[in-house]
Amino acid sequence: MKRLRHLFPGRQLVVGIPFVWLLLFFLLPFAIVLKISFSEAALAIPPYTEIFTYVDQQLKILANLNNYLFLGQDELYLSAYLGSLRIATVGTLFCLLIGYPMAYAIARASKEMQTVCLLLIMMPTWTAILIRVYAWMGILGNNGLLNSVLQGLGLIDEPLHILNTDLAVYIGVVYAYLPFMVLPLYANLVKHDPSLLEAAADLGAHPLASFWRITVPLSRNGIVAGCMLVFIPVVGEFVIPELLGGPETLMIGKVLWQEFFNNRDWPVAAALAVVMLAILLVPIILLNRNQAKELEGRL
Amino acid sequence: MRRPSFSGFMLWAGLLFIYLPMVILVVYSFNDSRLVTVWGGWSVRWYAGLLDNRQLMGALGRSLQVALCSAVAAVVLGTLAAFVLTRIPRFRGRTLFGGLVTAPLVMPEVITGLSLLLLFVAMAQLIGWPAERGLTTIWIAHTTFCTAYVAVIVSARLRELDLSIEEAAMDLGARPWKVFLLITLPMVAPSLGAGGMLSFALSLDDLVLASFVSGPGATTLPMEIFSAVRLGVKPDINAVASLILLAVSLFTFLAWFFMRRSEARRRRALQQVHEAEQHPPAGR
Repeated sequence: MKRLRHLFPGRQLVVGIPFVWLLLFFLLPFAIVLKISFSEAALAIPPYTEIFTYVDQQLKILANLNNYLFLGQDELYLSAYLGSLRIATVGTLFCLLIGYPMAYAIARASKEMQTVCLLLIMMPTWTAILIRVYAWMGILGNNGLLNSVLQGLGLIDEPLHILNTDLAVYIGVVYAYLPFMVLPLYANLVKHDPSLLEAAADLGAHPLASFWRITVPLSRNGIVAGCMLVFIPVVGEFVIPELLGGPETLMIGKVLWQEFFNNRDWPVAAALAVVMLAILLVPIILLNRNQAKELEGRL
Repeated sequence: MRRPSFSGFMLWAGLLFIYLPMVILVVYSFNDSRLVTVWGGWSVRWYAGLLDNRQLMGALGRSLQVALCSAVAAVVLGTLAAFVLTRIPRFRGRTLFGGLVTAPLVMPEVITGLSLLLLFVAMAQLIGWPAERGLTTIWIAHTTFCTAYVAVIVSARLRELDLSIEEAAMDLGARPWKVFLLITLPMVAPSLGAGGMLSFALSLDDLVLASFVSGPGATTLPMEIFSAVRLGVKPDINAVASLILLAVSLFTFLAWFFMRRSEARRRRALQQVHEAEQHPPAGR
């Protein structure tokens, strides 16, 4: 390793190219968002006031907290944040409840079966979320497939109103993010040593007890990774609430989108993004730590 | 031994839950009826109609162009990033670099999209570039986002590699870039292919980033689909969506197939080495 390091003349270049790209197009933009969140909306192109101005060769900073105060005052934004957190939490829980047994079953299957199941789980994550959510629109609608089938069977008289409600959003979230729960759980569960469970069985433990007291605690890293991989993106989700949710479905991704595209209030949209990022900072750090731990454990 | 278990049942139920809606979508794309909820017999008229839809075809062309360019750029940048992460243990800002590489994976797209757009606007003010937002800015956004995926896939592979092969080549006097091109790169080539295909698929699918950073006239296929389905289910969109599902499934399957084949080859090679060690050929 040491040798590799010293014999590297183009090392700066190799580190530099991806580093500069990410700094320029990933980190710097956040700084700009932060800056604009302190400016004021204006009828101009671009539609915000400049914070830093030179007056008499002196740098003047015209920053204000109005956007943040505005977010605190308006009921809409608060309920949108809470709505996002609620939908993300419940959605993550359902993904865990459904995904854990799935990952467990895959981890216990034969090697051949494992690769096939993994492919089947992975395939949808490569497919447009837009299309997979769209597929549900045709199923859940008032005269959609689900209602036609239920009515055809004579189970219901009136069509169930599911599309454009929170229920549809939950279905969409679980549907779209289930693979992101199953994959890290599987990666963790497959590493477990089956002799532990055998030893517990030999000592007379009930399978459920040994599952609860051995398998679940051992898979903690997988559970954390899966939950964070679902929770973080769902908080900012836009497509699912927009297509499946109704007017009363308030999620912050959708509100940010409207603020930006419909109201053209860029500073408020920027402030919304900053607050969202602040909320997500803890889960993101948790996930990063977890990934590092998992990698070290494997090496 | 094999009795029906709860977890096995959940696996099949879960897979059914994942695939049934997509199957229904594909079936309904062959529906002859203009009313998407009424079954009017089998027909391919919506597929035939797509060819005449110049707006959709134009958007498809733009999407494919952006996806191809993003995949190429993301493979180059992502491989470099993966190499840095796995082979260069210490340099200034390494922790920051590691965070920057993986953060785009989980960052909500609305945040990334908004922040990139604001960057482009600020850059246009300061240095006059990009004068107009369009395919180039979408390309930059997608490349940044896909680089993270490529870096994760390739670095997982690089970590598994036996360092001694690279070190042996260096001991024999090969220059580092030569070692990389002739030894490291061929060994990780399948993961480059998989990363490239994933990037292509991700770029082709993206709606949120593209909507934020795009400009007039640069509508991509997901943007076109989104504005059409906002108001409800449409038969011609069913046909487009089915075609995309088919294309992505094919892509995924190919990527998986290549990974698997190279894995099998590697295992066979290892086995041969192992056997040769145990039973050295006589008369050497």
